[in-house]
Amino acid sequence: MSRSKLHPGILAVDCEAEARRIAQRMVEIVGRKLRRRGVVIAMSGGIDSSVCAALAIRTFGASKVYALMLPERESSSKSLARAKRVAEQFGISYRVEDVAPTLEALGCYRWRDQAIRAVFPEYGPDWKSKIAIAGGQDGTFNYFKLVVQSPTGELHEARLPLREYLQVVAATNFKQRVRKTIEYFHADRLNYAVIGTPNRLEYDQGFFVKNGDGSADLKPIAHLYKTQVYALARYLGIPEEICNAAPTTDTYSLQQGQDEFYFALTYDKMDVALWAFNHGVPAEDTASYLGITPAQASFVYKDVVAKRQAAHYLHAKPVLVEPVAEIQT
Amino acid sequence: MRIFMGVVMQDVKTVVRKFLLDNFVMDGKVTIADGTSFMEDHILDSTGFLELIAFIEETFEVKVDDEEMVPENLDSLLKIENYVGRKRDEDKALIPDAMDYTP
Repeated sequence: MSRSKLHPGILAVDCEAEARRIAQRMVEIVGRKLRRRGVVIAMSGGIDSSVCAALAIRTFGASKVYALMLPERESSSKSLARAKRVAEQFGISYRVEDVAPTLEALGCYRWRDQAIRAVFPEYGPDWKSKIAIAGGQDGTFNYFKLVVQSPTGELHEARLPLREYLQVVAATNFKQRVRKTIEYFHADRLNYAVIGTPNRLEYDQGFFVKNGDGSADLKPIAHLYKTQVYALARYLGIPEEICNAAPTTDTYSLQQGQDEFYFALTYDKMDVALWAFNHGVPAEDTASYLGITPAQASFVYKDVVAKRQAAHYLHAKPVLVEPVAEIQT
Repeated sequence: MRIFMGVVMQDVKTVVRKFLLDNFVMDGKVTIADGTSFMEDHILDSTGFLELIAFIEETFEVKVDDEEMVPENLDSLLKIENYVGRKRDEDKALIPDAMDYTP
């Protein structure tokens, strides 16, 4: 069997053909399979939801696409402005709804801050925080560090103990789950389907919240590497400021890149590493191509496997004790 | 049984095996061999390893440093036994045989 080799064209995509193929499948899925008459999409102002919105408009027309912008207390105002710009550029109806009061009522911020104060007792309302992934690239298991910033700008960092880590994540997951509840409200009232916006890296590696942003009726770009999503974005005419913005989680009060939060490498390198792993490229070749050490490449491969394994739970549908033969999904 | 820093210690492998069987396998018919890889046998995912590390720290009164959170130390009962043994030796080495104190 011939070994796949890395070269600059591995993630090249014929954007016109790909956009046409996705549109055809979306029509089949929404119309014939799901029997819905349009789509709801939550727009974050990031590249993935912008591309999904543009693809939906090409497929169904602007009148059958309804966009939601659902900021909360820690969302960047730039994100909202970018999402509005895309929606207005493509002429789709949208609604902005601040989900902070709902999150407040559910205790999202209170539960999170309680866990943070268990690690940094001085943490208060004027402080900022984020969590950052560690391990993965250096051979250690993935674990998370908590980073807080005092009102005077001092940064403090500590490994998150297990219980506090789980509580911070559980509390912040309210954000994605509340948003999805609102998306389905509008989908139900309009008889629309809900679009999920993960790219391949996120879908494969479990970078989503189960029953939150992981929930959707169709995921039109889940097969595309992030690099390919950027190519499609430029082809579809997504504004340059979105195409050039670094991917963020927009979930924590301190600025947080997606690679810092979850991935071992920046997305462009992670795309190559994932492609290489999927195509049986030896770790040494990937290392040389990406300019990292063979040991690091080997750890990244192991990290891909570990994250994929952890993602099994996130992808799992409710499991039955025995199949119900009459019900087919 | 052994005594370590005032705590009665059972065999490390036995204690960890029971923890894994009670909390992750939950099937009385299954056992875990001393050399079984928790990763390869899908006993633990990444959060499961964090649970395991918290259990080891609490039960054996050791601090697992960030750089020690590697499969070589933690991905089988045998590896954990060796790792905990090394950590105990390090901790013992920190306790002086004799010490003078002058206020």
